[in-house]
Amino acid sequence: MPRNKQTYQTRRRFNTGFASALLAAGIAPFNVGRAQGAALKVGVLLPRSGYQAGIGQDCQRGVDIATGVLKDLGLPSLQFINADTESNVDVARSRAEQLIGEGAQLLVGAFDSGQSSAIAQVAEQKGMPFVINIAAAPPITEQGYKFVFRNFPTAPMILRDAFIDQKEIFAAVGAAPKSVVFLAENDTFGVAMQKAIPGVLPKFDMPYTILDTISYDPTARDLSVEVSRAKATGAEALLVVSRLNDAILLTRELIKQRWTPVMILSMGPGWYEDQYLKTLGKFSDGPLSFAPWYDPNKKLSKALDAALAKVHPGVNLNTNHVYTFEALLIAADAYKRAGSSNPQALADAIRATNITDNSSIGPGIQFDAKGQNDKILGGGIQNRNGKLITVAPGAASNGKPEWPLMPYNKRA
Amino acid sequence: MMVRLIAGVPGRGLALLGALLAALTAAPLFASDYLLTVLILILYFAYIGQAWNIMMGFAGQLSLGHTLYVGLGAYTAAALFVHFGIGPWIGLAAAVPAAALIGAFIGFLAFRFRVAGVYFAILTIAFAEFARLGFDHLSWTGGSGGLFLPVSQFTHNDLWRLRGHPVMFYYILLAATALAFLICRALLQSRVGYFWRAIREDEEVARSTGIDTFHYKMIAVVISAAMTSFAGVMHAFYYNNLFPEQVFHILRSIEIILGPIVGGVGTLFGPILGAFVLTGLAETLTAALAALGIDLPGAKQVFYGICLLLVVTALPEGIWPWLSRRIGLAEKSQ
Amino acid sequence: MAGLVPAIRVLRIEKTRDQAVPADIYLNVAVGGVLTGLVYGLMALGLSVIFGVVRVVNFAHGEMMTLAMYIAITLFTAFHLDPLVMLVPIASVMFVFGYVVQVRLINPFITRPDYMQFLLLVAVGIIIVNGLLITFGPDVKSVQVSYAFDSFQVGPLIIDATKLYAAIAAIVVSAALFAFFRYTRHGTAIRACADNYTGALVVGLDVKQFYALTFGLGAACVGAAGVMLLLIVDVTPALGPAYTLLAFVIVITGGLGSMPGALLGGVLIGLTEAMAGLLFTPSAKSMFAFAILVLVLLLRPEGIMGKRAA
Repeated sequence: MPRNKQTYQTRRRFNTGFASALLAAGIAPFNVGRAQGAALKVGVLLPRSGYQAGIGQDCQRGVDIATGVLKDLGLPSLQFINADTESNVDVARSRAEQLIGEGAQLLVGAFDSGQSSAIAQVAEQKGMPFVINIAAAPPITEQGYKFVFRNFPTAPMILRDAFIDQKEIFAAVGAAPKSVVFLAENDTFGVAMQKAIPGVLPKFDMPYTILDTISYDPTARDLSVEVSRAKATGAEALLVVSRLNDAILLTRELIKQRWTPVMILSMGPGWYEDQYLKTLGKFSDGPLSFAPWYDPNKKLSKALDAALAKVHPGVNLNTNHVYTFEALLIAADAYKRAGSSNPQALADAIRATNITDNSSIGPGIQFDAKGQNDKILGGGIQNRNGKLITVAPGAASNGKPEWPLMPYNKRA
Repeated sequence: MMVRLIAGVPGRGLALLGALLAALTAAPLFASDYLLTVLILILYFAYIGQAWNIMMGFAGQLSLGHTLYVGLGAYTAAALFVHFGIGPWIGLAAAVPAAALIGAFIGFLAFRFRVAGVYFAILTIAFAEFARLGFDHLSWTGGSGGLFLPVSQFTHNDLWRLRGHPVMFYYILLAATALAFLICRALLQSRVGYFWRAIREDEEVARSTGIDTFHYKMIAVVISAAMTSFAGVMHAFYYNNLFPEQVFHILRSIEIILGPIVGGVGTLFGPILGAFVLTGLAETLTAALAALGIDLPGAKQVFYGICLLLVVTALPEGIWPWLSRRIGLAEKSQ
Repeated sequence: MAGLVPAIRVLRIEKTRDQAVPADIYLNVAVGGVLTGLVYGLMALGLSVIFGVVRVVNFAHGEMMTLAMYIAITLFTAFHLDPLVMLVPIASVMFVFGYVVQVRLINPFITRPDYMQFLLLVAVGIIIVNGLLITFGPDVKSVQVSYAFDSFQVGPLIIDATKLYAAIAAIVVSAALFAFFRYTRHGTAIRACADNYTGALVVGLDVKQFYALTFGLGAACVGAAGVMLLLIVDVTPALGPAYTLLAFVIVITGGLGSMPGALLGGVLIGLTEAMAGLLFTPSAKSMFAFAILVLVLLLRPEGIMGKRAA
């Protein structure tokens, strides 16, 4: 890969703020040399301020627990250089360039599809491996990149698994809604899901029909109208793609408007997040979420859970932590196999990844020719008493689904 | 023509300008890729800042929704490229008129109905928001799911299709900024420029002396919109993805106008200086905080805000008027 | 261009499908819109007062409200006081905040161009938002009052309890403010400063002092609105800017400088957005608010209840 002439900015960086976790784990700080055996310098790009700050900082927790767990797995150590994309594509691109200039040997990030796409271009142009932790827009891995890898399902994949898991659950509980109303937020993820549904739904012969699709503004302050409309359709269940804020707002509206659907089927984030559980208490029980998830029966998942409990007690292990960690796992594993920090060698090693002892649901981490892990399976999760039970797919579950949703006005 | 442009400018000023241009032209040879990226951002904002300055600094019309034209330019050219394979330079031929047309529409509505000052500013915000929501629902350009341009290669520079190394964008933006600078100078010295300044000072008086204020304000808006849309096209092909939520967002409009205001509204060099100062400030703050080991998301923005506050309170006319007086290059007719 | 035809066809704002939306839904949505609109109106009231008198465009309005909301959350977590009880103390704190900001920062900017004021307040907004991010973190925070999920049923009408209380509080605060401006000496003096700056100076009014007082009042208003809004929405640091924009839409629609206008504008926008969300695609409902804004700006820039600008 033709490399462009650069003058590296060598500057000592004392990342003490973040290094507290590292130092606690006994990792040596800044290494100037690039000798083999030295820690691999991984640049972590996340939106830690700006409107995506909540999710970015949650992903950061996956980084916080990485060092100890990777060490226990016998993998080489990683040195993290954190960067804040500020939820802004200009900043994302500059930070990526800066990290590479400072000697990052691999990039991980960046949650948002637009920012990840910008970083991907920088990475590809420089011939620097970039492992995407979370980003669902399909086009990113359709560009023919050789250095960009995504260990996260695309929106069509998430949708497909959502339907498979739903049918599995319907069979397990012996009941299924005959009609649903689809509430979807109008942002990148929501629209991708909305667009994918007409193509994917017919193939699955779902027992329900979608009576109406109500698309709403994700920055909405008030969802009473949307819920009124949904209630007016007379649908039995609620099919929803939303984020945390909307999930809380929607639930409150459901309670206030005195409508408990037979079930809430969420095909995205929000309904299983800690804030949702904490804010709504007993009103948070019951909804089924279909999202990329971890397999609670896998050894690594248990290790991550334990590590998280030590560093961030009271926080439930979730998608953000697991997938961010897996991106780092991929980096460490590739580094070990490549035996060198040469970017081309790393990229080739990543492409040949075959990690079966991972945490996310599915046979493991492998990449196809486009750099996409197309083997990931989505999970079905249900909220129960402030905890999350994985109820689908069967092989990855640790509990049985409960059906239907207990009416809100009966919850003491 | 060139003589007229440089007439009245002190020799030292010309020399400094020349030195700056030379330094910027040679910069890619010495700069790291990171610095190059930062310079591209600086030139981008310097260019749009100058375009905005025509409307505000010269003609006195405050536009707080200027990202509308960036977005229109970006989406027009990008959509043509994605759907019909039309290259960006041809796409410009559609993007620029589209933005100019919308600018004219807004200007027409505003000026016919005598909407001015803060009200005009809010009108521009309303149209930008309108565009944001509208494009969120326009599936032909991907809606809120985004429009992705196919990215092919980085090895060689395909100037025609703007595929290639960022250096290509750097030089295009450098040329654009320099050209905009000359255009602004020419405009200011022309009849149009004098009428603009009369309108900016006091529109009522200007009208009473027989100036067709409607006509000249429209010219300002249309030129500003048209110039801004070029930057939008560059934005689309540089990032290769567009989301209405980001491209048309009011934060973007605010970013655009910070440079000229801090640098000096109405001055020629103000927007350029402002872009250098603000982007430089942002990057310096990030580096400083990292060097100090302060890993606190949001800290950089707090310092940035404080710096803005200090500059705005201490230098009410912007940095350039103060700086130019200090180095003896004060522009006479401001 | 052939390509435009499909483009125009796909920019469709969907209407509801075949099922007849029952009449009571319209009623419920309308009532909800009015109630929420009243709270928005109170928020906008502060902005109207500030602009009407001090002639400063407060682009940090929403951010100030967010600040008040976080203060409310902190007090709630510490003392478990109902937000409505904390209304007065928090409004007082915000009053002081606004007063100080006006005296220290904004006073020199009154005579400066609009864009300078804009930049100043944008900077203040940035500092507030990111200061809140650093202090409280990005996670969503809320107050859990015991009646958070209550609703009243009156026939087919289901009224959200929190919205009702918030709306009532909004009316009470607005009435108090109105009374202040109408019947007290200070209030009359402030109106004098607004109507005729030079005249006020001539009769010996300390205009700078009254400006500070007004900004403080505006801040108190938006603080009170924030506390009430906390019953309805959850807060994150990035909440502010959207509300600033909303406040401007309401104030201009209702009339800059007119207090009943701000409330009326709030109700109008709340109602419009609610009905638009019902009849068309909810994700586009803000477009209607902006459409109204544009119409008002063009056809009646002083707003529905504003006086024609001098």
